[in-house]
Amino acid sequence: MDLFEYQARDMFEKHGVPVLGGVVATTSEEARAGAQQLLGEEGGVVVVKAQVKTGGRGKAGGVKLARSADEAAEKAGEILGMDIKGHTVHRVMIAAGAKIAQEFYFSVLLDRAERRYLAMASVEGGMEIEQLAVERPEALARVAVDPRTGIDQAKADEIVAAAGFPEKTSPEIAAKVAAVLQKLWHVYDQEDATLVEVNPLVLTEDGEIVALDGKVTLDTNADFRHPDHAELEDTAAADPLEAAAKEKDLNYVKLDGEVGIIGNGAGLVMSTLDVVAYAGEKHGGVKPANFLDIGGGASAEIMAAGLHIILTDPQVKSVFVNVFGGITACDAVANGIVHALEILGDEENKPLVVRLDGNNVEEGRRILAEAGHPLVVLADTMDGGADKAAELANAAA
Amino acid sequence: MAIFLTEASKVIVQGMTGSEGTKHTTRMLASGTNVVGGVNPRKAGTTQSFGDVDVPVFGSVTEAVDKTGADVSVIFVPPAHTKGAVIEAIDAGVPLVVIITEGVPVDDTAEFFAHAQDKGVQLIGPNCPGLISPGKSNVGIIPADITGPGRVGLVSKSGTLTYQMMYELRDFGFSTAIGIGGDPIIGTTHIDALAAFEADPDTEVIVMIGEIGGDAEERAAAFIAEHVTKPVVGYVAGFTAPEGKTMGHAGAIVSGSSGTAQAKKEALEAAGVKVGKTPSETAQLARALLS
Repeated sequence: MDLFEYQARDMFEKHGVPVLGGVVATTSEEARAGAQQLLGEEGGVVVVKAQVKTGGRGKAGGVKLARSADEAAEKAGEILGMDIKGHTVHRVMIAAGAKIAQEFYFSVLLDRAERRYLAMASVEGGMEIEQLAVERPEALARVAVDPRTGIDQAKADEIVAAAGFPEKTSPEIAAKVAAVLQKLWHVYDQEDATLVEVNPLVLTEDGEIVALDGKVTLDTNADFRHPDHAELEDTAAADPLEAAAKEKDLNYVKLDGEVGIIGNGAGLVMSTLDVVAYAGEKHGGVKPANFLDIGGGASAEIMAAGLHIILTDPQVKSVFVNVFGGITACDAVANGIVHALEILGDEENKPLVVRLDGNNVEEGRRILAEAGHPLVVLADTMDGGADKAAELANAAA
Repeated sequence: MAIFLTEASKVIVQGMTGSEGTKHTTRMLASGTNVVGGVNPRKAGTTQSFGDVDVPVFGSVTEAVDKTGADVSVIFVPPAHTKGAVIEAIDAGVPLVVIITEGVPVDDTAEFFAHAQDKGVQLIGPNCPGLISPGKSNVGIIPADITGPGRVGLVSKSGTLTYQMMYELRDFGFSTAIGIGGDPIIGTTHIDALAAFEADPDTEVIVMIGEIGGDAEERAAAFIAEHVTKPVVGYVAGFTAPEGKTMGHAGAIVSGSSGTAQAKKEALEAAGVKVGKTPSETAQLARALLS
């Protein structure tokens, strides 16, 4: 799960990473109040920043300076509702202005290839890191991090030395940066993150190191030990069907298409989407409508809950159920489908192509044939089933 | 021969007395696996009956290894306890640890993987179906009755695609089929399995199944070009997956322009691997090589 900048900022603060004041606002009025709070008696500047989970918001006009509370409200009004790369801006963060002397870069992330963690740091911050990595790879230090020891004092010193902080800034600044890196490691480690990125990490004119912008990705597999992470989820932005599926513990992803998909096992379902998309090329360009993995068990209740979600999608014109009977044999899966159709009753009003294969497949097909549901079509193979479901979706479109 | 798992393998089950552990130990025993013990400190000294087989329960992995000479452990414990169980198995000197559990925090996996490397222990998984050397031994949750022993070696990130491919090629049979798991960090990679299949005299054709996320398939392609002389047939799932969405497996995510199915397919083809468009087309490609 990716966090918004303001959530990352709050998480940094909780772990002692130096950040500037920041207030989140969803309306111009809230922005005005937030700016007032930050500007106080002394005045100065605040920055109004669009809160979207994508990069390039500065270029898109989603970051603006304001010198008064009124101006902050005005800028917030301009930014709220803006579309940035397909993301609608629902919130802005009003951030205290910083007097920046120098910008740096730091991140720690999961290194899938090496199966450990990787810290990256540069004394050249502010620019897109992908660009820096391509144009001046020598300016980006990459240091392996052992998951068991993390970024302790020695590792932090190694990272800042590799990035050239002592020579290119000063030994004092390098030491300050090293101290902040250890705190950022605490965020990574104690919050079960898979990415913590600070761009830019800045040196202020007062000589302080501050995390000015933050990107954090959390590992949802670790949610069981972080009950507080539940409230970080952006439920408002979730697709309503995805939200409903999540409530039922279904592994569902909404896509833009006409053929609803149910299968067992993540790999088989991904493969089913592809096979349906290929078949769709011959049938008016219909596409898969969703990813839905009902898992190994494929019980009647889960099948019914899954079908319910898919049939609620108005875009869906046909449904393809693609199950490989492994541990749960096909007869049990077939009984599950028959029972699910009984539970759904008249709600099941779209053609349902079912392909079963594997353990006890003859009995499974016999059960479905005997039930004789008028909308159920049996398919012998995955490719044949995908073709039939695409054809039926196209005919109904 | 086969890879990683043979008829000589002695298997213990961590989490055997739990419901999943009991269910799958029953199936493993039925398919001929030599299950020599289970581990549960609260039930140490007892035995658990599986039909006409009684399996002893030990108080620790170390005790189980001392008394049985076990050389494989398979783990069916919940995610919160998986790290402890894996580290216990590593410290007890078990050379092969198979982790079936889905939903293990990646920080836990990174830690126990580092520990396993220090101790020279091979891990398979987590979030995997395990492996089967048909007719010899079956460790994990792969159905044993899909097919028998044969000449195909299969390595896959996905459980059900493993079963699907075994079913498609059931008339040829398999030396070993191994599900390496769909998490971002896994103990045994495509490359490890490819190297073992290359060295295995029983394996004639290798089928490799990948999916979106990371660059394991690209690295496997480079390895194949350099080190694999046996024919390899490939399949990659997830061409239609949208960017930034996790597709069921924790590791199955396209980030920006990296981890796409198209890039993986191209890398494999450049290494001389024939890549099928669908699982059945992939099976046809393997079939042509086997016939």
